[in-house]
Amino acid sequence: MAAPARTAAPASAPVGPDGDRPRTGSPLPTVPLVAGLALVLLASLVCGVGLGASGVGWGEVLHHLGAGLSGGTITSDEVSAYTIVWELRFPRTLLAAVVGAGLSAIGVAVQALVRNALADPFVLGISSGAAVGANAVLLFGSLGALGVWALSTAAFGSALLAMVLVYAAARSAHGLTPLRLVLTGSAMYYGFSALSTLMVFAADRGEAARSAMMWLLGSLSGAGWGSLPVAAVAVAGALLYLMLSAGRLNALAMGDESAAALGVDPGRLRRELFAVTAAVTGAVVAVSGAIGFVGLMVPHVTRILVGAGHRRVLAVAPLLGAVLMVWVDILSRVLLAPVELPVGVITAVLGVPAFVLLMRRRGYTFGGGG
Amino acid sequence: MRVDIDAVSVDVAGARLVHDITLRADSGRVVGLVGPNGSGKSTLLRCAYRALRPAAGTVRLDGTDLHTMGVREGARHLAALPQESATEFGFTAAEVVAMGRLPHQRGSGRPSAADLRVCEEALDRTGAAHLAGRAFLSLSGGEKQRVLIARALAQEPRVLVLDEPTNHLDIAQQLELLALVRDSGLTVLTALHDLNLAAVHCDELYVISGGRIVASGAPHDVLGPELLAEVFGVRAHRVPHPETGVVQLLFDRLPARTDAPTTS
Repeated sequence: MAAPARTAAPASAPVGPDGDRPRTGSPLPTVPLVAGLALVLLASLVCGVGLGASGVGWGEVLHHLGAGLSGGTITSDEVSAYTIVWELRFPRTLLAAVVGAGLSAIGVAVQALVRNALADPFVLGISSGAAVGANAVLLFGSLGALGVWALSTAAFGSALLAMVLVYAAARSAHGLTPLRLVLTGSAMYYGFSALSTLMVFAADRGEAARSAMMWLLGSLSGAGWGSLPVAAVAVAGALLYLMLSAGRLNALAMGDESAAALGVDPGRLRRELFAVTAAVTGAVVAVSGAIGFVGLMVPHVTRILVGAGHRRVLAVAPLLGAVLMVWVDILSRVLLAPVELPVGVITAVLGVPAFVLLMRRRGYTFGGGG
Repeated sequence: MRVDIDAVSVDVAGARLVHDITLRADSGRVVGLVGPNGSGKSTLLRCAYRALRPAAGTVRLDGTDLHTMGVREGARHLAALPQESATEFGFTAAEVVAMGRLPHQRGSGRPSAADLRVCEEALDRTGAAHLAGRAFLSLSGGEKQRVLIARALAQEPRVLVLDEPTNHLDIAQQLELLALVRDSGLTVLTALHDLNLAAVHCDELYVISGGRIVASGAPHDVLGPELLAEVFGVRAHRVPHPETGVVQLLFDRLPARTDAPTTS
């Protein structure tokens, strides 16, 4: 052990004992970043429509997009290309953007909610709850009366049911404490997953099991104009709410006592966040399955780029998540075309190395010590 | 602003930790709470900054019941430095201070030019202006406390509640922090571990033991050997500070009693 240092710095010295630690990289200016990301997103949307298994020329893509947006006319031999562009790829790409934005935004919310770096929407057990409902439809044809809406209705309904269960189990005399939420959510996650697995085995239908698997790993292959409105409204509403709560989220991130001292009721804010998270998770999972990693990674990458202030994080993370999901969806369609890969596989393959690289390159301090 | 804690009792998880405590901090006074660990100091202070709700009694600011005010309004009058400052989030010191403006803001919390000016002044007053761009988590204990005091000052409060603000600070930082608090001119209610610091920096002391006030008054009158033996379980010798004459204490263990109960 080293001898105790004799020359202690005077207390008033500008640099403390830890002052020699490299500080967090200075944040990027937010406004240009947001503007840039918005442009990248627009370009990505066009690419999302243009790239795919069946080659449709870029000129055609733009022409049909223009026709669709302006309500223009097309000739009869253009119908198949128009269908691919306007009825399949465009809503699907838009949905990818909405899902990416939604998962990223609620990732930010959940991490503030449980004040834990490892939190993502899945940690609350809600998405695996949604999977139970979805599996019931895929494997046993439950809710058949609802037709094409059966899957999303079941997923959303069971997400809400899971939320009520987690909430009831995690609630204590002190309200919702972060640790209890994480523990309860994780326990429920395993419970719901077991239920899903059980259903796959009990169903004994190869093709159905495959589509259940696909759904569990996340897929946008079922996307059409019909799946867009509910998810888009839920995500937009959540974004607006979170944006207006940015200051309160900062206070909550400092701890419950600090939040109270700053005039924020931590219990109430946590209940609000829980409800918003559950609703958006339900709405997103219902249309895209359980896409992992985006809700964990995008908030972290955003903080590495712009710092921890929630106003900036919430301006950047949804855009980043949207761009990411659009490209992930493109890759899922073209990599092994005509076979479609589950989206979750690609988010993990892309995300893990990118994340580790970013985390190691900059003095990222979310974990408390850089 | 005067603070009245009036017949406050607090229950936590079914146990009564604070019994019927009444104390008063007159405008601009520095009032210290001393007592052994687990005596209920922090619990009482939590009621003052509204992390807890008293089971009985009231906390009043200039006569108005704090718990009838909105949380935001309360935070405009009373700022606090809680003991816990555990965060995993990589805020800069400037961002932490800016949170002090939260009770004054609406909407997304975008700081106005006036907000930024208040924050800058607060950082200047606590001598932490040079820390503004640093990551809060990378600061030393003393630097963190200065930034948190700046956050409290940015709330533009009239009452400051501090829970063991000198914990984890070296001696120079402790003296500096208490001088800073004194010079703020605010009504201060603070829990303190160090009785000698309390004797120097507080106008009045309340001694808490087992959730009850057992003595109160000027430090000179309160810090007597009998009380210290009874409450803290130590033998204390009073000596005047050679320069200022303020009473200071030297401690010994109490002579061992047979099956002496350990104070928890």
